[in-house]
Amino acid sequence: MSEALKARQHVGKSYKKVDAATILSGRAAYTEDFVPPHALVIKVLRSPHPMAKILDINATAALKLPGVEAVFTYKDVPKTRFTLAGQSYPEPSAYDSLILDQYVRYVGDAVALIVAKDEATALQAMKVVRVTYDVMEPVLDMRTALDHPTVIHPEDDLHYNMPVGGDPKRNLACSYSRVVGDIEGELAKCDYVVEDTYFDQATLQTAMETFRTFCTLDQFGRLVCTSSTQIPFHVRRHIARALEIPATKVRVIKPRIGGGFGSKQTACTELYAAFVTWTLKKPAVLIYDRHEANNCSTSRHAREWKIRLGATKDGIIQVIDMVAISDAGAYGTHAFTTFTAGEHKSVPLYNKGKAVRYESNIVYTNHMAGGAFRGYGATEALWPLECAVTKLAKKMGVDEIELRLKNLINVGERSQVYAPDEVLESGLLKEAIAKAKTMARWDERPHSWQIDETHRGGLGVALAFQGSGVANVDTASVEIKLQDDGYYTLYTGSTDMGTGANTILMQMACEVLGCPIDHMTCYEADTDVVPFDPGSYASSTTYVTGTAAKLAAEDLRAKLLKTFAMYLEVAEEDIDFDGVTARTKDGQKSMTTQELAPKLMVSFGHEAQQLVGFATWGSHTSPPPFMVGIAEVSVDTETGQVTPLDYYAVVDCGTVVNPKLAKVQAEGGIVQGIGMALTEEINYSSTGRLETNNLMRYKIPTRLDMGTLHVDFVESHEPTGAFGVKSIGEVVINTSCPAIQGAILNACGAELTTLPMISEKVFQALMAKE
Amino acid sequence: MEVSLIINGKKLQVSVEPDEMLLTTLRGQGYFSTRRGCDTLNCGLCTVWLDGKTILSCSYPTYRAAGHEVTTLEGLADEAALLADCLAAEGADQCGYCTTGMMMSAMALRRQNPNPTDEEIKDFLVGNLCRCTGYESHLRGIRRYLEEVEA
Repeated sequence: MSEALKARQHVGKSYKKVDAATILSGRAAYTEDFVPPHALVIKVLRSPHPMAKILDINATAALKLPGVEAVFTYKDVPKTRFTLAGQSYPEPSAYDSLILDQYVRYVGDAVALIVAKDEATALQAMKVVRVTYDVMEPVLDMRTALDHPTVIHPEDDLHYNMPVGGDPKRNLACSYSRVVGDIEGELAKCDYVVEDTYFDQATLQTAMETFRTFCTLDQFGRLVCTSSTQIPFHVRRHIARALEIPATKVRVIKPRIGGGFGSKQTACTELYAAFVTWTLKKPAVLIYDRHEANNCSTSRHAREWKIRLGATKDGIIQVIDMVAISDAGAYGTHAFTTFTAGEHKSVPLYNKGKAVRYESNIVYTNHMAGGAFRGYGATEALWPLECAVTKLAKKMGVDEIELRLKNLINVGERSQVYAPDEVLESGLLKEAIAKAKTMARWDERPHSWQIDETHRGGLGVALAFQGSGVANVDTASVEIKLQDDGYYTLYTGSTDMGTGANTILMQMACEVLGCPIDHMTCYEADTDVVPFDPGSYASSTTYVTGTAAKLAAEDLRAKLLKTFAMYLEVAEEDIDFDGVTARTKDGQKSMTTQELAPKLMVSFGHEAQQLVGFATWGSHTSPPPFMVGIAEVSVDTETGQVTPLDYYAVVDCGTVVNPKLAKVQAEGGIVQGIGMALTEEINYSSTGRLETNNLMRYKIPTRLDMGTLHVDFVESHEPTGAFGVKSIGEVVINTSCPAIQGAILNACGAELTTLPMISEKVFQALMAKE
Repeated sequence: MEVSLIINGKKLQVSVEPDEMLLTTLRGQGYFSTRRGCDTLNCGLCTVWLDGKTILSCSYPTYRAAGHEVTTLEGLADEAALLADCLAAEGADQCGYCTTGMMMSAMALRRQNPNPTDEEIKDFLVGNLCRCTGYESHLRGIRRYLEEVEA
């Protein structure tokens, strides 16, 4: 493989992102920068109650204010239910939403859309809209949701595309259970059993650019929706369904976006703006402030896990038993799939045992809906699993890494929860662990030590899988054109969120064509122009869209060779082509793409034919990238304050296409995970209001809260992916919480079971120990 | 109300609401490098300079800037392009949304302290939040930039 790597021209090279100069210049690049000057401003009137039925909305006074264009309520919108979840059709998320509904289901749910000439007028109008509610008893604890007297979705037209174990009349959004083997019987045979309850909070993705959309009508009267989204094609489909218009009437464009992390895999603002523009036939813009972004979007799903692990004295983990209750919140966006994805990305780490159970009721509550957040269920499932493996190692008196190595899946093996024909096809798991141990000097030093009079240090470890795309679902198409000037344009529907997706797709395509990278441009995420792509989520872009890009480039290269052969009047195999110049092997004749392209655009001589490479690709499998994280922390034993000191990480994402961008992905994921582990607290008031709804209260890490990161890679070769790639975007958030939990445990004996591990909880755990 | 501003050395007469904040005025004039990321003075995305010192333009009333030198990233074009290139070379730009505000802080730091330690850089930039990068690449990019300016 190293020989092949050496021969590569672009894959494995740290190119700067193609959009770098623009996005760092202050020139227009993001949604808000392109809003037309006279766009109407939309503001959303929101419910102060967690659960209520709207009896009356009186907008008479608001409509009398100069500059107020319209006030829309549930009476004005189409009655077709849909899901806001960005998933390929048929979505496994319940169709339980309307643009505006007579029921409001969390504090912040939409009641009315106020449309005015400017923001100040809209806000003034909002104050004089009178709403009469029938306030109902809310469901504010997921543990009491099932069969609660209040039914959160009483409507009869709630619809599922497929069975997902839901029963809305019982507040059950969906449910999942897989049992392999005899759990109780095998546990009885185990020499060591550990059991605990772990909780993960509904963390917020917190992209720096909040949700925003503006809509216009084009010269044909079609709706053009420009939005900060990860999922342009899914948004187009959602808009068409919700407005009851054909999708051909809708165009969705994504400019550069200020982060996503899954939050923009759900359509938060698009349908409101689309409805207003389509109804009034005028441009309109909706921009969420930070309070709305935190309070009225979607979060990670809160889950309470009861986990049991059983091991025999030979060190084999025989039983993995994970039973959760999960908080879907008010709507079922991503509720089923985040839970099931979590199984496939956690349990397979340890495949030597005899019994597995993975199960949850996912219940509706009157909290903000859960959705997609980097890690998509795996982060949540690996938190209890990896904490419990550490607990088991402690109970058995063995090294935490040794126990993991003994139970680790090997390449070529099946997991109990894999599909019948599925095996782990690649992965340098043991090599990654060995490298991380060396970096952290795991074998050379104690894992618990006194730093000074009041501080103790500790090391903790966690392993993680993720996937690369959704197997059998995610399917990307890529088109590459030879333009009339002899340069190439790559068209993709994947959405670069700042990760460098456009850049690495070009690296992969140029690797095949052979041309320098500046002979290609990339055009992305415009549903009128680019071929279908589900969007950027599920760690799919490099693996799924990247493989489609490689195949499209191969298609175009074959066509180029054939055409050059015709013009140079030799056989194809007698041509050397470097992506720019085709030379006959005898050195007698040559022609460049710049010379060829204009000939293809006129019908003089040969038949005119613009050359286009095209490919559609999806995978039968979702190969897991792998990560080892070792956290080193200091704990103040007088206050419980945890300070991250160093984080050692080794990632196997298959072939690394762009080392610097991959490294920053890893660093960003680790720090987002550190936030989840230590600072990002979610608090609801007793009346169901989210209190951690701004950046003062919801504390994402600053650059002083993370210690020093040490990231390295091992590169396995995934046989199903172009150039051996897997994925990097999500796996990197998964180790922070359990590794830090283990480090705190080693440092001072405080055993934390709920996130975030803030100082009060650590201090209480220390007190409980004494 | 009418306010006389000096933005990036250019004199400008603008009509603003009495409670209008400088961020709104600047964006209205097409200075898109400055952005809103929060409502609570936590994120640093709106960082610009007033008489060479960093301020948060989201909470600075425009009328108070009258007669002062306001500098945005657009006004530091060459220096900003060098810093941008150094950040991009480390992959530190990512989504870019917070980066321009952070760059305003980094360029202000260099004027105050041309040879900062890593700790001094982190301390100075602590008010500039970023959700993409994990911050380490910022440090590598700024180190690279300081070396290039030195050279």
